[in-house]
Amino acid sequence: MTATGHSTHASELSHQFENIEQQREAYVVGMWAFLVTEIMFFGVVFLIYTVYRVLNHAAFYDAHNKLDIGLGALNTFVLLTSSLTMALAVHWAQVRNRRAQIAALAATIALACVFLGVKAVEYSHKFTHHLFPGMGFAYPDPTFADQARLFFSLYFGATGLHALHVAIGVLVIGWMLVRALLDRQGRADYIPVEMTGLYWHFVDIVWIFLFPLLYLIPR
Amino acid sequence: MDIPLMPEQASSFAVEVDAIYFVLWALTIFFSFLVMAALVFLAYRYRRGSKVDRSRPVHSDLRVELIWSVVPLIIGLMVFAWSAHLYARTRIPPKDAMEVYVIGKRWMWQMQHMNGVRENAELHLPVNRNVKLTMISQDVIHSFYVPAFRVKHDVVPGTYTELWFKPTRVGRYRLYCSQYCGTQHSQMDGWVTVMEPDAFERWLAAGGEKGSEKTLSLAEAGKKIFDRMACGSCHGSASELGPIPASQRGGSLNGLYGSTVTIKGGRRVKADEEYLRESILRPNEKIVDGYWAIMPSYEGQLTEEQALQLIAYMKTLGKADRSGGAE
Amino acid sequence: MNQQASAAQAPSYLSAGHSLRSWLFTLDHKRIAILYLISISAFFVVGGLAAGAVRVELIKPRGTFMSNEMYNRMFTLHGVVMIFFFLIPAIPAILGNFLVPLMVGARDLAFPRLNLLSWYLYTGGGIMALTAAVTGGVDTGWTFYTPYSTFYSNSQVTMTIAGAFIAGFSSIATGINFIVTIHKMRAPGQTWFRLPLFIWAHYATSIIIVLGTPVVAITLLLVVAERVFHIGVFDPRYGGDPILFQHLFWFYSHPAVYIMILPAMGVISEVIACFARKRVFGYHFVAGSSLAIAVLGFLVWGHHMFVSGQSMYAGMVFSFLSFLVAIPSAVKVFNWTATIYKGSVSFDAPMLFAFCFIGLFLIGGLTGLFLASLATDVHLTHTYFVVAHFHYVMVGGAISAYFAGLHFWWPKITGRMYPEMIARVTAVILFMGFHLTFIPQFLMGFAGMPRRYHYYPPEFQTLHVLSTAGSIVMAIAYLLPVIYLIWSLKYGRVASANPWNATGLEWQIASPPPTHNFVEPPVVTGEPYDYDELCLAENEPTAAAGGAPTTGATA
Repeated sequence: MTATGHSTHASELSHQFENIEQQREAYVVGMWAFLVTEIMFFGVVFLIYTVYRVLNHAAFYDAHNKLDIGLGALNTFVLLTSSLTMALAVHWAQVRNRRAQIAALAATIALACVFLGVKAVEYSHKFTHHLFPGMGFAYPDPTFADQARLFFSLYFGATGLHALHVAIGVLVIGWMLVRALLDRQGRADYIPVEMTGLYWHFVDIVWIFLFPLLYLIPR
Repeated sequence: MDIPLMPEQASSFAVEVDAIYFVLWALTIFFSFLVMAALVFLAYRYRRGSKVDRSRPVHSDLRVELIWSVVPLIIGLMVFAWSAHLYARTRIPPKDAMEVYVIGKRWMWQMQHMNGVRENAELHLPVNRNVKLTMISQDVIHSFYVPAFRVKHDVVPGTYTELWFKPTRVGRYRLYCSQYCGTQHSQMDGWVTVMEPDAFERWLAAGGEKGSEKTLSLAEAGKKIFDRMACGSCHGSASELGPIPASQRGGSLNGLYGSTVTIKGGRRVKADEEYLRESILRPNEKIVDGYWAIMPSYEGQLTEEQALQLIAYMKTLGKADRSGGAE
Repeated sequence: MNQQASAAQAPSYLSAGHSLRSWLFTLDHKRIAILYLISISAFFVVGGLAAGAVRVELIKPRGTFMSNEMYNRMFTLHGVVMIFFFLIPAIPAILGNFLVPLMVGARDLAFPRLNLLSWYLYTGGGIMALTAAVTGGVDTGWTFYTPYSTFYSNSQVTMTIAGAFIAGFSSIATGINFIVTIHKMRAPGQTWFRLPLFIWAHYATSIIIVLGTPVVAITLLLVVAERVFHIGVFDPRYGGDPILFQHLFWFYSHPAVYIMILPAMGVISEVIACFARKRVFGYHFVAGSSLAIAVLGFLVWGHHMFVSGQSMYAGMVFSFLSFLVAIPSAVKVFNWTATIYKGSVSFDAPMLFAFCFIGLFLIGGLTGLFLASLATDVHLTHTYFVVAHFHYVMVGGAISAYFAGLHFWWPKITGRMYPEMIARVTAVILFMGFHLTFIPQFLMGFAGMPRRYHYYPPEFQTLHVLSTAGSIVMAIAYLLPVIYLIWSLKYGRVASANPWNATGLEWQIASPPPTHNFVEPPVVTGEPYDYDELCLAENEPTAAAGGAPTTGATA
């Protein structure tokens, strides 16, 4: 290959790579490195939460009773299902089944939106019950009020960051969907879909940790 | 020209810390000189164009690598052990230490002697007596630093920290806040005055700098707060409280300080200053087994000074008549 | 040398377009490196001016021209700019960006768009931090300790943190790019142990960046949340703990020291090998020590907190590990020294800067042991001793190495030689000025002078004046290269492809390199630093008469 090779190759190969294999491997390594930064990012959130739960156990137990376990469990189910549809989308992208891939991507987006909708309902309940740690914060039991405020700060911080990741996921999966819709010959590289899948499973795993940590505190 | 090269050695730790310090300088100078001399010598000898033997160059040698990793490591670990041993002694205050409470606030140090004498930005101490400071900050993190004693510890809001030392030389020594605390950080300094024991006793009995003004001791001040806030209506002795069972009020506080209590969940904690402070300000976090979580929080109702006075009072309550727990 | 022949026709990356657009939207790693060079130099000037202002202010015990507020803002500006916007990105983002693809024989980094984005993030974050400085400044110190930063400081904390936060993502982008490029884009035949040590150093650095930066990002985010919404996370009144902030902050900020020094060590390995005409002694140990530093560096953060109230036993563990982390650094210094044995040493400016590095880094590293050792740290921490120690490492070490690298690769980057004599003089001035500035600070620290003090006891004045005098000498040593390097762009001698007769793939292509670096993908057949023949040939009496390939500048 010569220096002008990049223009003669398939349009999906960037000039800095020798061949499509190298490009794919680079994307995979890059994605995993990115996920490592995400793990460190959420790791700190989990760490802070764990430290404070140990230090303020009684208050956190009391405060966690204000969360809706039913909605939390529903969201866990929704997100796990979306991971399944995402995995199917990756599979169908690899075997170049374009219609099935489009359907699976659309289902994933729909489930993600359901998740965000349920989350919005939960948030609005907290607002109406004055449990958002802002100006109007009011906690029924005054002996725990201060530490409950910390609990809800961490709750909104952690789930908010997670919800932001879900929202970004919706955008990226939407981009993959558009890409698949436009790719009538079904020739597009499957690697972007696979990378999106990795990201989505990561977002899912974060919730798998968040749900028991926040909603299921033992006495 | 007056160049301070060394603060006075005015505490029992000073000589020992300085010994480690100078050994480290000896090592630093020795190794720096060794490497720089080797570097200069080799660079000169093998300068380009010099007529020396360059045949059979060596590119790696495991023995050499091992020697120059293991030898510094051993030396380093010896220093570590020496220093850690001294540090452990600086962190564990002796039982017989004279206590002083220190409150840091922007930008002033406030000291309280047990008999109630208060000082601002000054601390008077007797020579050759172990002194333990129990310190807390009212706002940001400060750090209590007396270079002549070679001691320093951060003073943190929300938790007590301890510092102890034994002044060994009469004199006046600088005290600094060494943790950056805002606008007038560099003006949050003061003096520690170390006096002969009898002079100190006279000074203390006379009420410190303020002179004749009669002050309450910390414990007496604590008792006044205890009475004013009617703590005794729950934490009094059984005879005062009549028929209400102990579990539905608080236990007696007699002898609580220094004892070990079992809290809900089965964990056993030591009832030290930190525990007492938390139990006053956030009572429901550590409920003593067998009691109800009914005590209101005193967060925001007591200043740090008042909390210290209450604790000083609770420490005076004797070990006799121990009938209950904390809450 | 077939690369040079065919590259002669390919236009250099500098002539690939002259419009502003061709620079601001470039995806070429070499041009992005130049963009970084310009913006990082600008921040260096800002940080340097702040340092100068601080030194001048401290000539008198009660200040010369600033208020307390002004002084606190000034040393904070110096710290924030120098750490987040100069030292952390300097070598990786300028020299690393330029050289990592060249040294592994790649046409570019793996993700050029991400690379360009990282420059915009860096510059955006930097402008934000400067805006904060101009619109009121920030007075927390670069460490942003809570609860001062969250409740008590009434300065531009939020905007400054936002700037550092954004710059953090620029770091992460660069780190990911390096990791992928080094893993997946090495030239055929270039196995891990045929990589230049510069690459090993940048690989270790990237690991630290990827693991550490997200931690400080979320921590700073929490400080802002606490400040704006009072969420209680670092506030004892709500069950939070201000000390937790210090743990999280130093979990990144101690390894960040290695983000600054590891690339510097990489530069030194290249420079010493080239000017001693020797393969770096104990290549495997020098490479491995970079990784050892990266790993151990994450386990020692608690040595910043020996007097903060963390438990005595935690203090002992952190102290022990801090003694361990000193060993890999010592191993490097010993290996560099041994490299010179049986070499053929020339004393060009990059080599003098490298010697300068070793001399200053030695003292910086060894004085670190005073602070790793528990009992002495209790006395010395929070004093000028700490200030002197980390300046020896980060300024004496990292910046000397940065200058060594900048001079070494200047002909490759610009195609021009810098003026040799004045550059050598600069290295000597830097060495002298540095000691004059910071030796007094060691003395002051032991004598008990706390850091971040605007007013100080009058007995320290002599030492402060000496330190300020030294800082003027240092300022000259930093100003000179700015002048003569810019001068050389127009008037410097045109550099050949390989003016130093160095090994390494970057020297096999033209100076400055063509846009796509390598016309033919290079193939690596041997180990790096293959200087043995050259070392003997240069010292053969017969070869010297026949015009031995001397360095371009010693003539």
